[in-house]
Amino acid sequence: MSQKAIELILMRQLASSLAMPIFLVEASGNLLFYNEPAERLLGSRYDETGEMSMKEWSNLFAPIGEDGSPVPGEALPLSIALHKHRAAHLAFWIKGLDGVSKKIGATAFPLQGQGARLLGAVGIFWEQP
Amino acid sequence: MKVTLWGTRGSLAAPGPETIRYGGNTSCVEVRGDGGALLVLDAGTGIQRLGTTVRGGRGRIDLLLTHLHMDHIQGLGFFEPLYEPAREIHIWGPPSPTLDLRTRLARYLSPPLFPVRLRDLPCHLTLHNVPPERFEIGPFEVEAELVCHPGSTVGYRISEGNRSLAYLPDHEPALGVRAFPAKPEWTSGFDLAVDADLLIHDAQYTTEEYQKRIGWGHSAMRDALAFATLVRARRFVSFHHDPTHDDAMLDRIDAATRATGDATFALIAGMEGATFEV
Repeated sequence: MSQKAIELILMRQLASSLAMPIFLVEASGNLLFYNEPAERLLGSRYDETGEMSMKEWSNLFAPIGEDGSPVPGEALPLSIALHKHRAAHLAFWIKGLDGVSKKIGATAFPLQGQGARLLGAVGIFWEQP
Repeated sequence: MKVTLWGTRGSLAAPGPETIRYGGNTSCVEVRGDGGALLVLDAGTGIQRLGTTVRGGRGRIDLLLTHLHMDHIQGLGFFEPLYEPAREIHIWGPPSPTLDLRTRLARYLSPPLFPVRLRDLPCHLTLHNVPPERFEIGPFEVEAELVCHPGSTVGYRISEGNRSLAYLPDHEPALGVRAFPAKPEWTSGFDLAVDADLLIHDAQYTTEEYQKRIGWGHSAMRDALAFATLVRARRFVSFHHDPTHDDAMLDRIDAATRATGDATFALIAGMEGATFEV
């Protein structure tokens, strides 16, 4: 496996040091990493889930909108950040891998490297009351 | 190819009787291809002496800058070939999202910091942003990748035939990593340095010094060795010595490193004037 771009490496290192839940995905949407606060929110350790495709992780957490209907993958903030190259925010419900439903707010933004290369996106989550 | 160290010091030139063996000049490395093609890595103060050895020649020179911190460009205006009208010189440097390489270099090569303007140099000068993909310079294949160091900084992998040199003079791959080294795919500089025949790498600090300088962009010798082990380097040259480390101190660091017996490769303390066949 080849080395990740330095921007992704530094983002992972930053995420590892922060106390807010963070998701890091690469340009294809594959999940690269989530940090320990995100592990608590999602109910599963990253070392157990490992890297996943976008379809896998968006289905796995079963996002449900505030109106009770499933949130389509393309409406998730990380998907918007990746495909529309802009920041996005949404509040929705997820069912963690521990089976517990939680309401979260998610903000995502794209990671653009030099030469306008899209490297991936970052999602930051807040558990909401 | 033949590799010569013209400057091994980091951050600030440190000439004097106490640094006479390891040298006081800042980063500059000469790479000669088998056919005589010349690459110069960085333009620290060591480039001045290198320039005197190629005085009056006609061959093309390619100067590859890792970044534009002063210790890597301070010798540029004193590189004699820049003042030779018949000389073709190409300077390559890391890209910036805002300013081109000429504009950034001209901040130094212009008054009041320097009397000669970049645009007034008489040689045939071309400036290039290093491309993201592998590229060729004469007989050399060159790879440049952004690495962990403040600002836009690249490391280089230079290959000729099946031999390779990895040059990462300013590099802090352990930054933010809880248990360094991490997996290869999450390690800055891994692709540049993997299986290199010769690895020239930042080893500016002792472990104790590093604890007070985390995030400054440089490595402790301990981490540099862990990186060299991870990438399976065949020879490791410590580089970018701290300006406060005199010869006696560098001897002690070298002896302590050897005493651990951890190195799985040839361990070489970088000394100004040293040459390596790769």
